Amino acid sequence: MTQKKTYFLNMGPAHPAMHGVIRLVLELEGETIVSTEVEIGYLHRAFEKHAETETWNNVIPYTDRLNYVSPLINNSGFCGAVEGLAGVTIPERGQYLRVIASEISRVADHLTCIGANAMELGAMTPFLYLMEGREYLYQLIDDLCGARVTTDYTRIGGVKGDLPEGFIDKCRGVFPKIRKLVADSEALLTKNRIFLDRVEGVGVLSQADALAYGITGPFLRSTGVAYDVRRAHPYLVYDRLDFEVPVGSRGDNLDRYLVRLAEIEQSLRILEQCFAQLPGGPVSLTPWEMRDAFIFEDMGKAGNTALLSRCLAKTCRTIDGGGRDKAAGIRVAAPALVMPPKEETYGNIEGLMNQFETVMWSWGVRVPVGEAYHAVEGGNGELGFHVVSDGSDRAYRVRCRPPCLFIMAALPKLLNGGYVADVVATFGSVNMIAGELDR
Amino acid sequence: MPPMTSKASLEGRQDDGTSVPSLVQQLPEGNLVTTQVDAVLGWARKYSIFQYPFVTACCGMEYMSAAASHYDMDRFGAGFPRFSPRQADLLMVVGTVSHKIAPVLRRIYDQMASPKWVIAFGVCTCTGGFYDDYSTVQGIDTILPVDVYIPGCPPRPEMVLHGLSLLQEKIQRQGRRGR
Amino acid sequence: MRFETRTVASAQAFDTLRQLKTGDYNVLIDLTAVDYFLYGKCPEPVGWEQNFPSGACGIGSPAGAGRTDFLAAGAPGPRAHRYEVVYRLASLDPATGLEIKPRLELRVPYSEGSVLLSVMSLWPNADWLEREVWDMFGIKFADRPDIKRLLLYEEFVGHPLRKDYPVKKRQPLIGPKSGELLGSPSFNVVRQETPFE
Repeated sequence: MTQKKTYFLNMGPAHPAMHGVIRLVLELEGETIVSTEVEIGYLHRAFEKHAETETWNNVIPYTDRLNYVSPLINNSGFCGAVEGLAGVTIPERGQYLRVIASEISRVADHLTCIGANAMELGAMTPFLYLMEGREYLYQLIDDLCGARVTTDYTRIGGVKGDLPEGFIDKCRGVFPKIRKLVADSEALLTKNRIFLDRVEGVGVLSQADALAYGITGPFLRSTGVAYDVRRAHPYLVYDRLDFEVPVGSRGDNLDRYLVRLAEIEQSLRILEQCFAQLPGGPVSLTPWEMRDAFIFEDMGKAGNTALLSRCLAKTCRTIDGGGRDKAAGIRVAAPALVMPPKEETYGNIEGLMNQFETVMWSWGVRVPVGEAYHAVEGGNGELGFHVVSDGSDRAYRVRCRPPCLFIMAALPKLLNGGYVADVVATFGSVNMIAGELDR
Repeated sequence: MPPMTSKASLEGRQDDGTSVPSLVQQLPEGNLVTTQVDAVLGWARKYSIFQYPFVTACCGMEYMSAAASHYDMDRFGAGFPRFSPRQADLLMVVGTVSHKIAPVLRRIYDQMASPKWVIAFGVCTCTGGFYDDYSTVQGIDTILPVDVYIPGCPPRPEMVLHGLSLLQEKIQRQGRRGR
Repeated sequence: MRFETRTVASAQAFDTLRQLKTGDYNVLIDLTAVDYFLYGKCPEPVGWEQNFPSGACGIGSPAGAGRTDFLAAGAPGPRAHRYEVVYRLASLDPATGLEIKPRLELRVPYSEGSVLLSVMSLWPNADWLEREVWDMFGIKFADRPDIKRLLLYEEFVGHPLRKDYPVKKRQPLIGPKSGELLGSPSFNVVRQETPFE
């Protein structure tokens, strides 16, 4: 009587697929996977520990690097948690800007996921098409935030800077191109026999299992549950925006691909609505005199505060801080949390002290004692931040609830019983981001 | 072949008796053939780089951008990644290296065959970046010899291409030696 | 986000969670812990209350409406237990995609020696979440298969998210040894010892 012997295949941490570092130990019987063990932690960068040692605003660059394909969503999530703790609501324009930034980031996330997934299955062309689409978005993000990937755009109490000149027109010019590229990639993939054979019916997770594992996001929606944090717990201005939540039915790789594809279109819809609804803007120039911000300092030193009080600081629209004309729209007027506008900084001593206090180490932004949890809809699901403050200048504890940790915990269920070749297809469709998984 | 020390013999002579400027560099082992071999080998190696992109973190996004159509790396000859260290000659360490994965990285480097080069892509690989903590390697040059450092968090694709061309110049200089 | 907070002793934690699971809380959103060892022990005086018109701790603001538990504790003061394990539960209706009941945050104070039962049998994702809490805080959960580290390598000594673990401590598996400075003579030892060709 021959015994079936199993052997172990290590799909080691240096992963050929461009998803970062994760280790799968597969027990194989021939080509069929009998059991899987997932080992993570190869990109543990101590986010939660660093958040305890940095001041409140200094944590935001660390949040960029959590889900690094959609960094603006992480920024918004963290700042939302801290603002919930402080009990402030940022001004409307600032909320719209955060939504615009988040949705652009979400489109970039989905483009990357679909492109990388397709490339791993052998379809190189959709990858290049979608990377071109992502390149347009990176240029937009570059104009908005100053950086392409690690953006650090939001601040406690608002956003860093306003939209640059002509941003909305540029976006409107880019969206048809992205739609065309997505349509081209869809034409190459969705009805493609090879692609369908590899992803249809592969990597199936039932709805009950997905809920039991706490999975959220496109993964859960592909199993049929229409849970979207933007709908269930509306934050920022999502309750004023009209968008659909695409839902799949089978919970296989194909459904996840289709859900993400549909979400790209919904995100572009949200962006167009935001551009139409965007309130206010920098206040018009007359009758204030515009002077360069650095002139303010000289005027203040010379004691010419009377002149200062009738001028507006001319600052670049995207710069951190900025003049009074812009500050009201994008940052909440809470002296303990945000930097004052330049007219206040150079114009009176309270403003100057406020400016120093917000940036000095061991002074800084002050958030009241307490704990808060705020969740946003990340690219992979509910991205939650649990923030604990003890009233000092830095966070006491920041916990990031990573959506893809739960998907990785359920990965054995997805892979067992399938073939080794399906591992690549399934792994690509779950959009594991190691920065978020290991923090 | 004995070293050629006579200056007259080093200069080329044309048919009508005039001399042409010397094409020969006096090397310690000194002869014409090895110089040109060096140059040719350097040229061949630098324009046919097979990289092993050891991608861990956010820098991977800019690596993908640099490899995609807009900032094409293929026009520099470095278009094909080889995901086996045996087949690769450039180890691009892209993104933060933690202590958990450092032994794996070292092993991959050891598995590569000479001549091999290492690019430290992103400031986390150069010095550890702003992750000065208990789980991040403070610069991969503590465990590997690095040829080109590309700082940036993440570096723009233009910086990546510049780093790649610096590496190409280095490879050209190395010639036959390969190190 | 609105949520309710409840505190329960570690001995009753498992039973409470089981009752909650049968009572519609079908999703374990998160399981984490907070180390209160240095809570409130900051030297700066607090005087920021006047900057928040809606009241300190967000009372009166929409964000603050759901939180009642910690307010009873008032300003940060000494606590009976060093850690608090936080379970975050949601009751998700698969048909509509909305939540039936308000989110629930269950807090379980924990000290060395308390016994906290694992909830792996209730929610399978608790396996990894408990492993992470063990990894980062050293809080062990009983009644489950052997707990091992999730994010750090097995040779790692210590539990880094505890407040007494310094962020810059070095425990390398390879490379310069722990605590060595960048300019020290032994910094390049690995490079010189290993043959590269």
